[in-house]
Amino acid sequence: MSEYYPDKGPVEFKRRATVAVVIAWAAFSLLAARLWHLQAKEGGFYTDLSQSNSIRLIKAVAPRGIIFDRNGVKVADNRPSYDLFIIPEDVLNWDMTRAMLKGMAGLGADEIDEKIDNAKGRPPFQMIRLKEDLPWDEAVKIESYKYEIPGLILDVTPKRAYIYGPAFAHLIGHLGEINEKELKGLKKKGAGYSLGDMIGKYGLEKAREKELRGADGGKKIEVDARGRKIKLIKGAPPYPGLEIRLTVDLKTQLSAYAAMKDMAGAAVAIEPSTGRILAMVSSPAFDPNALSTGISSADWIKLVENPLDILNNRAIQGLYPPASTFKPIHAAAALEEKVITPATEIFSGPSLWFAKREYRDWKEGGHGIIKVHKAIVESSDTFFYQVGLKLGVEGLSIYAKNFGLGAKTGIELPNEKNGLVPSSAWKLKATGTRWYEGETISLAVGQGFMLATPLQLANAYAAIANGGTLYLPQTVEDVRAPDGAVLERFSPKALSRLKISAKNLEVVKEALTGVTHEEGGTALFLKASNLKIAGKTGTAQVTKLRERVKNIEKTAYKYRDHAWFAGYAPYDDPKIAVVVIVEHGGFGASAAAPVANAIFKAYLGEAAPNAGQTPPSQPSTIQAAAQKQTETYDTLSPRGEGWVRGIND
Amino acid sequence: MIDRRLFTHFDWFTFSLTAALTAIGLASVYSATHAQMPAIYKKEVYWIIIGLAGLAAAVTINYLLLERLAYALWGGAVILLVSVLFIGKTTAGARRWLNLGLFSLQPSELAKLALIIALAKYFTSRPVPSKGLALKDLALPAVFLLVPFLLVVKQPDLGTAIILWLIFWTMTLMVRVRTRTLVGIVAVFMALTPIAWKMLKGYQKARLMSFLDPAKDPLGTGYHVMQSKIAIGSGGIFGKGFTNGTQGNLMFLPEHHTDFIFAVYAEEWGLAGSMVLLSLFLILILNGFNAANDAKDRFGFLVAFGMTTMLFWHVAINLGMVSGMLPVVGVPLPFISYGGSFLVTAMIAAGLIINIKMRGFMF
Repeated sequence: MSEYYPDKGPVEFKRRATVAVVIAWAAFSLLAARLWHLQAKEGGFYTDLSQSNSIRLIKAVAPRGIIFDRNGVKVADNRPSYDLFIIPEDVLNWDMTRAMLKGMAGLGADEIDEKIDNAKGRPPFQMIRLKEDLPWDEAVKIESYKYEIPGLILDVTPKRAYIYGPAFAHLIGHLGEINEKELKGLKKKGAGYSLGDMIGKYGLEKAREKELRGADGGKKIEVDARGRKIKLIKGAPPYPGLEIRLTVDLKTQLSAYAAMKDMAGAAVAIEPSTGRILAMVSSPAFDPNALSTGISSADWIKLVENPLDILNNRAIQGLYPPASTFKPIHAAAALEEKVITPATEIFSGPSLWFAKREYRDWKEGGHGIIKVHKAIVESSDTFFYQVGLKLGVEGLSIYAKNFGLGAKTGIELPNEKNGLVPSSAWKLKATGTRWYEGETISLAVGQGFMLATPLQLANAYAAIANGGTLYLPQTVEDVRAPDGAVLERFSPKALSRLKISAKNLEVVKEALTGVTHEEGGTALFLKASNLKIAGKTGTAQVTKLRERVKNIEKTAYKYRDHAWFAGYAPYDDPKIAVVVIVEHGGFGASAAAPVANAIFKAYLGEAAPNAGQTPPSQPSTIQAAAQKQTETYDTLSPRGEGWVRGIND
Repeated sequence: MIDRRLFTHFDWFTFSLTAALTAIGLASVYSATHAQMPAIYKKEVYWIIIGLAGLAAAVTINYLLLERLAYALWGGAVILLVSVLFIGKTTAGARRWLNLGLFSLQPSELAKLALIIALAKYFTSRPVPSKGLALKDLALPAVFLLVPFLLVVKQPDLGTAIILWLIFWTMTLMVRVRTRTLVGIVAVFMALTPIAWKMLKGYQKARLMSFLDPAKDPLGTGYHVMQSKIAIGSGGIFGKGFTNGTQGNLMFLPEHHTDFIFAVYAEEWGLAGSMVLLSLFLILILNGFNAANDAKDRFGFLVAFGMTTMLFWHVAINLGMVSGMLPVVGVPLPFISYGGSFLVTAMIAAGLIINIKMRGFMF
């Protein structure tokens, strides 16, 4: 078959046509295998992709639970905030988007890249927050251009508003964006957090995160390829967080904050009959509103590195020698151990010589021959040196612990400190040296190794006031649903009884009343308030050299001393126990007692008109309002020279 | 002119296949466009009517007439292609259409038919040495290919150019090329390609690529294919149901009613539907090869084979590209993709296959 003839059938092609058929079969088999792979084997994977392709989940952030004071006044609320989000997958023209963001929201390219970079682990098509709390004009601009710049989403989210700003800073705490570590820990628990969520970082916001958080809702929106909304598929409304009613009394808290203003220290007020916290202030305070809305890293570093350690809640984390405020506990222990009786008379001179060292009394002339009552009233050091030596370090430490010192009170706020009640065994273990009796002398007046938090001391004084019961300090009275139904009520919880007989406790209480009501009392000026205050002043030395000899230096290191006041009122039916410490405040009576007086007055005194009961209406004026409050309380509780009769301990 | 036996011997089988595929095509175009572009599927109906007329003409004509007119048809197609260069309508950077008032015509589609018929005529009329075609025997066929090929590349329309190229080589290889000649040609091409490619700079390569195929997705090569794979894959076994596909309807898939129509179909009908469509195409093509084998003469064989080949390459390249196995080039899916000129072309091809199949028995 060499040549072709037109009339001949195409027989020579037949075999080659078979090759074509085989090729066609092969090609179609390959296509069929490919389609089987795509549709059957990987079908699920592509189904997921197709959904994330066209379905956007827009989170509806739940408003956080509102926090009220014990009288039902709002102290932490929510306000609307315009937040700008980006879905990088939807951005079509990055150059234009960047230019628009720069022009309309002042966001630099670096800032945008950093935010997107930080969200690396997010599922595709999830929104990334670019900027919080846009000013009105920026929000309007972006909203009006949103069709030109696909991928940008403006959303209104509730933002925390702390109505009284720094006044509740350490107690309520603040929020912050969840970090990776928190996220990892919470993921294990299956709590359903995701990047960009706000979470309680401090104080009750942290401790009560679970209740306050609420449940975020979401909108499932079907979008087209350009990110334009086609229809709402499903919307689940957010469920607001549970409401919390604090045990704190707003008026008392604000006055404590105002009285502590410009001073470093802490003030704690407790209801003796229940252990409920009426006020808790640590000073200086931070502004939780600023901290909760995307603080810049520079501002954050400034805050963290502040030498005054602003982020420390001194009320539960500040460790101070209790100093003379320990004397009533000491006295109770000595009476109980029968080292002394109320009638025991001891010569308490200007100083005590022990082991060839002179331990001086704060009072140059000494107190003469006195009983325990007067020793507390006049805060005699030499009296307690001698009693302490008889009682011994072990006796002192057992009773100190019995009053709740040296151990966490169990308050629910995070990071409470233990404090320290030394014993000879502790010292041997901690320092490798044995206990010296001279150290017992320091311990006898609450100095030396002993360290306590203001809350521990307040709880101890509350126990003295209520007749001997140590309660768990509580900050939350109840948790309620957003509709107001009470879900959980926290009834007072007694932890232990003081091992002090009623008779001996009465001796101590009478002496504490004497401090403020008898001639020679170290805080006699408090009598003028007519609030029936009983209490004890204290001056804690903070020199780092633990020179036992110099524990009671009268005038030297004045600027270094911490001023204490611990007491309760009214003495015949205690309604409030207060502990105040003013760091470097000098003498207890002159620096701390007036603060305590302001707190007593706020709680027990006749309600000052308009005393912070009306929250400011506009969030933007919160600061100004808080300022105003502060000023009001300053005038309400003057701290003048005339008050103090030059008394200290 | 019209033979009575045409009706008694009408190849209902091939016609039914064509009709079924066209129906699936219309339904898919409707599903893909009814929401955003409701005018499209109505236009498709008109094109189907024109296509049926073309099919009827292709069936009734005595294909020996085609043999006589083969070169004239080729010349006519080339004239149309040249005229596109001057009076053509520009869409999306490509000048491919001739505006004929009521509708636009894409002469490059007709060029495919013209090339097949011209090659069939040439290989029929020229004696082919038993060892196969030598280089000199390929000179004129090369002209038949290169003139429309270059004109199509100029438009530019990479997809059609590739199809013309494939039709040429499939038919030529079928007729048989001398082994030495074939090895030589392959060697020359293999040697030239990397040299030519290396001489180009990076931006020139990119420019060349975009020149050859400007319709290629501007967001990046991956987007098209990814969206297409998502659409197909998310269809699963039984699909999302007619008009329920999200990928196509929400415009995630560009060209979803033209070159990527299969993705819309596969998303809505699933693997089951894909296999049905694939089977229809396979039967159509095997049937076409059968028709060629049964042809009573060489010209009939070559025309039927060429037409079947054209359909085969369209299906293979389109599905390969849509399912992510081949790079994206603009090759539509016969009978399914929206696009009037190619629908008419495919119908004519089907008509010619019917014609040859019928006459294989008739005479």
